[in-house]
Amino acid sequence: MTNKQKIALAPWVFTLGFFLLWEAACRLFGISSFVLPSPMQIGAAMWEYRTQLTFHSFHTLWMTFAGFVLAVIFGLAMGLALGSSKIVHAGTYPLLVGFNAIPKVAVVPILVIWFGVGWLPAVLTAFLISFFPIVVNVATGLATIEPEVEDVLKALGASKLDIMTKVGLPRSMPYFFGSLKVAITLAYVGSVIAEYNASKFGIGNLMARASADFNVPLLFASLIALAVLGVAMYAITAWVEKRMTGWAQRSGFAAG
Amino acid sequence: MGEAFIALDKVQHVYGGEGGVLAVEDLTLTVREGEFVAVVGPSGCGKSTLMKLATGLQFPRAGTVRVDGQAVSKPVKIAGMAFQNPTLLPWRTTLDNILLPLEIVEPHRSRLRREKAAYTEKAEALLASVGLAGFGPKFPWQLSGGMQQRASLCRALIHEPRLLMLDEPFGALDAFTREELWCVIRDLQAARKFTVILVTHDLREAVFLADKVFCMSARPGRIIAEREITLPRPRDLEVTYSPEFADIVHELRSHIKGARSGVH
Repeated sequence: MTNKQKIALAPWVFTLGFFLLWEAACRLFGISSFVLPSPMQIGAAMWEYRTQLTFHSFHTLWMTFAGFVLAVIFGLAMGLALGSSKIVHAGTYPLLVGFNAIPKVAVVPILVIWFGVGWLPAVLTAFLISFFPIVVNVATGLATIEPEVEDVLKALGASKLDIMTKVGLPRSMPYFFGSLKVAITLAYVGSVIAEYNASKFGIGNLMARASADFNVPLLFASLIALAVLGVAMYAITAWVEKRMTGWAQRSGFAAG
Repeated sequence: MGEAFIALDKVQHVYGGEGGVLAVEDLTLTVREGEFVAVVGPSGCGKSTLMKLATGLQFPRAGTVRVDGQAVSKPVKIAGMAFQNPTLLPWRTTLDNILLPLEIVEPHRSRLRREKAAYTEKAEALLASVGLAGFGPKFPWQLSGGMQQRASLCRALIHEPRLLMLDEPFGALDAFTREELWCVIRDLQAARKFTVILVTHDLREAVFLADKVFCMSARPGRIIAEREITLPRPRDLEVTYSPEFADIVHELRSHIKGARSGVH
């Protein structure tokens, strides 16, 4: 087996090993399933509750996706505004940072008062928690245009809009797509938090009910479902990033 | 020729408002159309400021800047520029980088889409003339530093500007590549007769390429010497080893030395 094959195999071996160790520890020390269910028990719970888990997973996915799309639209627009105007940047940045510093759990009760228990608080929490990195990254991308490139274009009589579309936007795309990986994970956290506190559906809500029933295996089964969904969403955004901005990842692109 | 194409008269420029840095003061120089001019001076003497003033990217605090008979009040639109850093856009192929000015400047801007094939052909011919035939589809980061700088020259020339501004374009290159590019720019200028202002701190480069060399003082920069280079054209690289060449470089060197120590 070559070194390359070993590296390709390593994630699978380590993951499998982790679960085997877990299973062995549960059996060896006779840990009660009420405290820490073994992977076998969790698997059984996942099978038993498969319809509920699928239904609520899709609900959570939808909430996350809706909030994420809002965050992308708003984040991109706000980032462009911040990056292209020093006054807007200076004026809004402290507000943004202050807003971002608020733990979003604290916002959920307010959203419930405004919109009631339902899907809207989940979407909004996902949005509120995830737009900030997009704004900051897009603004950074615009702010790092080389002054010489700007001079070349200005000396040709280029307008501000020309410079923005020819240089600014493409320049900030790697930053934008890079921020999506962070944003989708945050949006996911946001929607689950809101579902836990103020929803009738979603994995977060399922967990809240499982925890009230002391149904620990279901609780863990939900956690596994969350992990799988999270990894999938991360992988999709990472793939999109690679496709859209190959030029920014030179070494890999040049070899391929 | 004859008439001044670019004329700076008693120009003063300050960076950063009241009490800012005085970049140039009492700067006066004229350049004729089709002339190859080099500006040399100690670092930080305002050479780049001179370029920005002459292209309308900056406006003087005092004095006048005239280009092609017009007082400069906005970017001049007849200039191509190249810098020490090639500044090609990494998401565009070399060919698309070179076509960039045509997406900005009229009348090409409105024609580009319709006559894309003709423009592409023109860009490829230009690439070939600097020794980059066939490199159009490559991305800039797949080219060496010298090749990127050649492409950057092509971008500066594609819209056939009447004025070419070069800000230490060969400064970051190794000695052999630099001399190769001297010959590239020499031949391009001989063929197309555009006006060049070359900012450099390499005296040999200035003497080899230019018709006239201006020496600038330390900040605040002004012209302390003006030297016609009468070496016959076309000049071969061999000329740089001749005694006349060495004498001129020596003479300029003493001006710069004086400028650095503040006695001139």
